Amino acid sequence: MTTVASEAPTRERVRLGGLAQFAAFTISIAVALLIWQLVVRTGLISEQDLPAMTTTVKKLWSLMHTSDFWIAFLQTVRGWALGLLLATALAVPIGIFLGSNEFAGRAFRVPIEFLRPIPSAALIPVLFLTLGTTLKSEVFLATFGAFWPLLIQTIYGVRDVDPLAVDTGRSFGLGRFERLYRITLPSAVPYIMTGLRISSQVSLILAFTAELFMGVPGLGQEVNYASSFGLTVDLYAYALATGILGVAIHLFMSALERRVLRWHPSQRAGTT
Amino acid sequence: MSRRTYSTLAVAAEIAVPVAILLLWQAWTVHADSQYFPRLSTILVEFKDMWLFSQFHEHVVPSLVRILLGFGIAAVLGIALGIPLGLSRWGRLLAMPHIEFWRNMPPPALLPISVLLLHSIGDVQKVAFIAFFCLFPVLLNTIDGVRGIDPTLVDTARSYGLGRLARIRRIVLPGAAPQISAGMRTSLSLAVIIMVVAEYFSSTNGVGYVLLISKNTFEFAPMWAAIVLIGLLGYLLNLLFILAEKRFLAWHRGWRAATGS
Repeated sequence: MTTVASEAPTRERVRLGGLAQFAAFTISIAVALLIWQLVVRTGLISEQDLPAMTTTVKKLWSLMHTSDFWIAFLQTVRGWALGLLLATALAVPIGIFLGSNEFAGRAFRVPIEFLRPIPSAALIPVLFLTLGTTLKSEVFLATFGAFWPLLIQTIYGVRDVDPLAVDTGRSFGLGRFERLYRITLPSAVPYIMTGLRISSQVSLILAFTAELFMGVPGLGQEVNYASSFGLTVDLYAYALATGILGVAIHLFMSALERRVLRWHPSQRAGTT
Repeated sequence: MSRRTYSTLAVAAEIAVPVAILLLWQAWTVHADSQYFPRLSTILVEFKDMWLFSQFHEHVVPSLVRILLGFGIAAVLGIALGIPLGLSRWGRLLAMPHIEFWRNMPPPALLPISVLLLHSIGDVQKVAFIAFFCLFPVLLNTIDGVRGIDPTLVDTARSYGLGRLARIRRIVLPGAAPQISAGMRTSLSLAVIIMVVAEYFSSTNGVGYVLLISKNTFEFAPMWAAIVLIGLLGYLLNLLFILAEKRFLAWHRGWRAATGS
């Protein structure tokens, strides 16, 4: 009985909080859109530099009824997904190896420390002139950028395994691979998921960058066209679409993280 | 194998592996003999000719100034906005949709728009563009850092009669400092990337401009020299930041060591 009594007000507060959050969210976005509309309509910013909110949204709406828009949209999504998948396929095994083998970890520490902060965008001209305006360039760039955050997170995650758990596994007679599969990997998963979230953002940015600068088909190329031909409204509409795609991918990755980690204490309800 | 032999071997490997990678690079480029991938030795000679220091002032200094100005503005704004937002639940509720939108926007998507809005492809546009995107890591980390402060500390300070500003200066800012610093480090690396992209898009000088010109003229040695320089720049700025962080947050690390947390 006491549990029920103590839970009731909490649940009510949460629900009220949810409603307030929704209201704040809606009001906040509505106000921002209104301000956008007003700065243009009052002439504070010329309509040639910034089309009105309604004009831009209408443009985006009509673009969304063309197949060209969705092809470009999906091409960018494809670049993001392939880059992230390849980076994961490479970074996680290498990270597990470098994280669990102290000697290898030290041997490759300097090259990794040096390569990690290199802005992958610097590789654009080389890719442009060697691989050309192909999907390969885009995927290479996205993979290269997304590889590093995930590698570092995986190494940290594997190193952070409780040695006691590994020793217990060993004394229970678990072999090397079983220890890896049952102890090391599960405890590194939260780190790997954080790395995936960062890498996902990087992969999208670089896929888009490849399209913008190298003319690989996709949203980036559309932005480049609109900008070159002075189609200001299209430019804003495509940038808006890109932002929405960024948010959608972020929400998707956060949901994935919650789902994969639902067994993990950090995600369980009521442990805060 | 004794521990001593092991650690000698490990140190040897730490030196040998990078050297081996460089040697392999050289051997491969000599073997491939491709115009796209000039020999490492050619790149290094070009690097010395260009950056030490004949074109340093013309191209490296403008890029550095843009990075540091953009980063500095982002850091100040991020902390100044992050503290009130960290302290106010309503502020966060209202601001978060916008923060989430802009922080998930791929920065290059706004490059043409920034040129259009600011009527500039010079320092104003570069610095503003860098500052805008470097704002978010600092801002979000400041908000998190402020929220993570033990409420008892703030309440204690209040009951001792500390005013709002004194509480922020003495409790909130130091308490959030480690996380603010982590956000600033992310922003600094980001500033280098955004500088390259922004200069590569439209500029009249800077390291990204050198990259663009050497691409347009198919000159691979200067292009690789610029890539190596950008890599070094990213690495050195990160290193400098870590050193500064160690110095300024020494009190914090000491405190952590003392309390064992």
